[in-house]
Amino acid sequence: MAIGDELFGVHGKALELRSQRLGLLASNIANAATPGYKARDVDFTAALAAAEGPGASLESASDANTKYRVPLQPSMDGNTVELSTEQTMFAENAVAYQTTLSFLNGRITTLTRALRGE
Amino acid sequence: MTMAHPMNVFDVAGRAMSAQLLRLNTTASNLANAGGVAGSEAEAYRSMKPVFRTSFDKASGLATVDVQNVVTAGPAPTKRHDPSHPLADADGNVFESAVDETRELVDMLETARHYQNNVEVMQAAKSLILDTLKLGK
Repeated sequence: MAIGDELFGVHGKALELRSQRLGLLASNIANAATPGYKARDVDFTAALAAAEGPGASLESASDANTKYRVPLQPSMDGNTVELSTEQTMFAENAVAYQTTLSFLNGRITTLTRALRGE
Repeated sequence: MTMAHPMNVFDVAGRAMSAQLLRLNTTASNLANAGGVAGSEAEAYRSMKPVFRTSFDKASGLATVDVQNVVTAGPAPTKRHDPSHPLADADGNVFESAVDETRELVDMLETARHYQNNVEVMQAAKSLILDTLKLGK
């Protein structure tokens, strides 16, 4: 177990996964007008659970849990990006990323205070 | 297009913005030439459309969009008999470009929306990365 895992618990991996998901959702939004593009998303809960398992790497966990989005209403050009869905997911993910950052900041503050003996 | 470094979220949004801007330029050209008259069918303006293609980066798993090429599309120019027109050919015909202005305007609005979405993605990514840099401060 790396020292970062002991210090930061689940939050290090969570931040990395949130960052990957940010890129994936940005790719979907970038390809909103590309014919034939299939939107993808990572199942965050499942990916984090898989990454927490013994001997699992973060990459394999996120790859295994990246799925194609099922569109509510398929379009004729084969593009499955629905901007309302993507924008909601993007906003949710950005807030969750910031939440994880707050958790990490709290942990760092705790450790710094313990080291200083305040 | 291959990149020297793995793609990041700024490449994704930035290249998508370039693609949308090119689409806006073709729309502007199409609207500017709507109703333009020429002396032959070959010279008459035909509306231009960019062809978008996904550019997938295997190293990072991200996908952005490239403009593969720009094609001329849409209906053929309409022939109109107007012998008094200075550009009329030997038979007294002129050719008007058949630009669908309604479609172009709808396209313009859609392009602007997509561009804005990518700007917002970039702003969100920027502020999150800056917050990450301030971690522990």
